[in-house]
Amino acid sequence: MVDTVPAGRPKAEVKNLSFYYGDFNALKNISMPVHEKRVTALIGPSGCGKSTFLRSFNRMHDLYAGNRYEGEIRMFPDDVNVLAPTVDPIEVRMRISMVFQKPNPFPKSIYENAAYGLRVRGENRRVALNDKVEEALRNAALWDEVKDRLEEPAFNLSGGQQQRLCIARALATDPEILLFDEPTSALDPIATASIEELIHDLKTKLTIVIVTHNMQQAARVSDFTAYMYLGELIEYGVTDEIFIKPKKKQTEDYITGRFG
Amino acid sequence: MLVGVLALMIGVLTFAALFVDMAVQGLGRLSWEFFTNFPSRRPAQAGILSAWVGSTLVMLTTAFFAVPLGVAAGIYLEEYAAKNWVTDVIEINITNLAGVPSIVYGLLALGLFVYQFGLGQSILAAGLTLALLILPVVIVATREAIRSIPQGIREGAYALGATQWQVCKDHVIPYSMPGILTGVIIGMARAIGETAPIITIGALTFIAFLPPAPLKSGPPFVSFEWLFSPFTVMPIQMFNWTSRPEAAFHQNAAAAGFVLVLMTLAMNGLAIWLRYRLRKRIKW
Repeated sequence: MVDTVPAGRPKAEVKNLSFYYGDFNALKNISMPVHEKRVTALIGPSGCGKSTFLRSFNRMHDLYAGNRYEGEIRMFPDDVNVLAPTVDPIEVRMRISMVFQKPNPFPKSIYENAAYGLRVRGENRRVALNDKVEEALRNAALWDEVKDRLEEPAFNLSGGQQQRLCIARALATDPEILLFDEPTSALDPIATASIEELIHDLKTKLTIVIVTHNMQQAARVSDFTAYMYLGELIEYGVTDEIFIKPKKKQTEDYITGRFG
Repeated sequence: MLVGVLALMIGVLTFAALFVDMAVQGLGRLSWEFFTNFPSRRPAQAGILSAWVGSTLVMLTTAFFAVPLGVAAGIYLEEYAAKNWVTDVIEINITNLAGVPSIVYGLLALGLFVYQFGLGQSILAAGLTLALLILPVVIVATREAIRSIPQGIREGAYALGATQWQVCKDHVIPYSMPGILTGVIIGMARAIGETAPIITIGALTFIAFLPPAPLKSGPPFVSFEWLFSPFTVMPIQMFNWTSRPEAAFHQNAAAAGFVLVLMTLAMNGLAIWLRYRLRKRIKW
């Protein structure tokens, strides 16, 4: 089994990560690797800290007062600790992009949504923007559906299209890691299938970390799986192993639906 | 339910009765000349030229000061300020400011703008006074509008590497514009009818000349002399006419009142229309 999923180089290494919302200890001493150009799924029951963990990667917690990180998330190849106070969270978000649970396109045109990440970086040349927007929309499997109506407002799109637009928006800036926070929980099964297919295609280009509480989805899309419970990492391993013969009883109970 | 309808009807009917009464009295005086004539000793020749020009210029000045200041304050409080006791005090202050009687603003303005800053009884002093008066309205409207933007939109922008200022200028400000505009116009509609603070700072009641024109034929083409010119405004002109003994002047007052109410209604209508138009383009 392991042979079918070569681990690849590590893209990031989480070392003894703990996280606090004020006094509440939401993540407890998590350590695990994130492999390059692979999909890593974070699973676990509601409130286990999987979203909190995901949002640590791109320092989203810095937006709110009273949050505190301990430990490190080292990113390669340059071996920089993205959680270090000396590292600008904006620099981190330039390299690690994110797709949210609920599609959140900006109330702007489809084009401007896809181009926003580039505009933030000061790119205003129309030709460069056009190229990047088209490339991103193609990579998000949305180009054919929207190429004739790029100037239309993004909220005219269906839910699944909106989510793919959010993926295109995140891809336009060529991130190294893409974070997905339950990207299909607000979508119907057909839209979900198209997003999953997309994730499968995207991992040839970049590293993906996805939070899901749909077990089948984790099994379908991911190469590695981390099972979390009450802020702790219970088990981490190759997805097939986690799902077929988990080492821990707790993991097995959750996966077989006996608990959670 | 019935009590509610009744209470509502009392309000609506009172306004309707007042408006109709004023219209019946004043409509006879409404003519082109009424808008182009200065006030006069002879009621049939008196008009509201200096009053509506004064009102317009004062409103422009008010908007010029109140809008940037109020919007900036609202953005600061919602997006930047830490939530601590200082912001709590500011918040309570703003709420209280909205309830201060306008005459008190007039007294403040008399002491501060007219005498301390030496602005005199000018359009600038009046504009600043009314700007203070509507500042809380603008701030509250701005904050409400900003608060209605879902956090997911902000997070989406931050996740793309936007700075706080980029999030503000590309998202928060544009998306809250309909709400802010509505608040500004409603504030202005309140300001245009304000009499007490303007009288307190000493606006002239009989004025038969216009402030210097803002545009000039020679360089530098614009002039701000009008800011320092004496002036009158619509409600003061009305006040002046109602205090005359001759009945014919009361007719003039009714006509001016009719115009003033129409101006206020038009502004409120504009606010509603703008909100409707702009909101159609913004959804989440």
